[in-house]
Amino acid sequence: MTLPLSLTRRQVTITLAGSYLLLALPATRAWLEASMVTHMLVQMPLLVALGAIAALQLDARQQKCLLAVLGGPIACLTITAFASTYWMLPRALDAAIDGGLTEAMKFISLPLLVGLPLALAWRRLGLIGRGFVWTNLISMLGFLGWLYIAAPVRVCNNYLADDQVRVGWLLIEASAAIFACWFGTLFCSSKAAQIEPAGHALPAA
Amino acid sequence: MSFVARSLATTLAVAALGTATLWWGSDGFTAFTSETARRQSVLADPRPLPATGLEDQDGRRFALQDYAGKLLAVEFIYTQCNSICYSLGSTFRQIYDRLPAQALGRDIALLSISFDPQHDDPARLREFGRRFGADGEHWRIVRPANARQLPALLAAFGVVVIPDAMGGFEHNAAIHLVGRDGRLQRISDLDAVAPFVDTVTAQL
Repeated sequence: MTLPLSLTRRQVTITLAGSYLLLALPATRAWLEASMVTHMLVQMPLLVALGAIAALQLDARQQKCLLAVLGGPIACLTITAFASTYWMLPRALDAAIDGGLTEAMKFISLPLLVGLPLALAWRRLGLIGRGFVWTNLISMLGFLGWLYIAAPVRVCNNYLADDQVRVGWLLIEASAAIFACWFGTLFCSSKAAQIEPAGHALPAA
Repeated sequence: MSFVARSLATTLAVAALGTATLWWGSDGFTAFTSETARRQSVLADPRPLPATGLEDQDGRRFALQDYAGKLLAVEFIYTQCNSICYSLGSTFRQIYDRLPAQALGRDIALLSISFDPQHDDPARLREFGRRFGADGEHWRIVRPANARQLPALLAAFGVVVIPDAMGGFEHNAAIHLVGRDGRLQRISDLDAVAPFVDTVTAQL
């Protein structure tokens, strides 16, 4: 899987770096982190997406090489799972808005430890592997949304209680929307046929 | 090493490192929010508080450290607040009522500190105190005498104040107990009046 764009790699790299720097600007950070909604549902997903696109703009050989270095698709998914779980801690969200070390860790780990390994692993995953990722994502978003709506307390000291409930509903809506899309793709045989057979994709020992 | 063995080893290493990180990031899977972390950290390691000049509802000026040697119950308020501060005021009222009368002033005092000193002048502080029956002596309603000392005070207590959509504020409201040594030693929920009073009376 490579980027389905007619941009040159150089253009993609420049766009990626530019987007990253734009997100990292103090003014942009302050703007997106002012509300829990934009912090959790805009800034953080964008950072993940930048990491994923960065992985996909590598050519097939480089992707294969990097995947092998990282220990293969299962290890990559494990990296993604732990790193994304860490950023689900309300406490991490609270700590990541002061422009300090935690904020820097967020800007490094979301692209490199969530987006990049996920994108590298994706092409090697079969229907079951992808289904595992989708169902995890759907259940995690749904659970988190329910938690934010039902919590009797504010989970982040830096965000308003109203904000928390709004994020909760948006997470549940996102979860439902992703489920609908994913479920829809199961009926498209053309999509399923694109998945490379896992055995064929394994590099030599 | 075969690819499968290497993949397994890497996965296990990542899982171990990831679990350790989550353990570290949640104080051993006990504190998932910064509020819980703040309370646990204070319990484990009572915090010193910065020297802060205060002004009470009668315009009298004194320092937070003047209470050294006594226990001090502290809450943070702003007088325009109608929701959470109302609970705060009545929580403090209940604590005040339950404490042994002879200990008030001698062993323990109560301070309601406003974090909106621009708006909350002594007259407004007095009005807030009257609303909840503060005596103005052993339970004083105060504001930082110098607004520039406010951020350091809030930071030491771990109180985060954010403006809400209605021109007011939201903050992590709680009741704080400062020990005789001047260190913040305990943070309790607003509805935990009885355990708070027990903690205080145990130290009288």
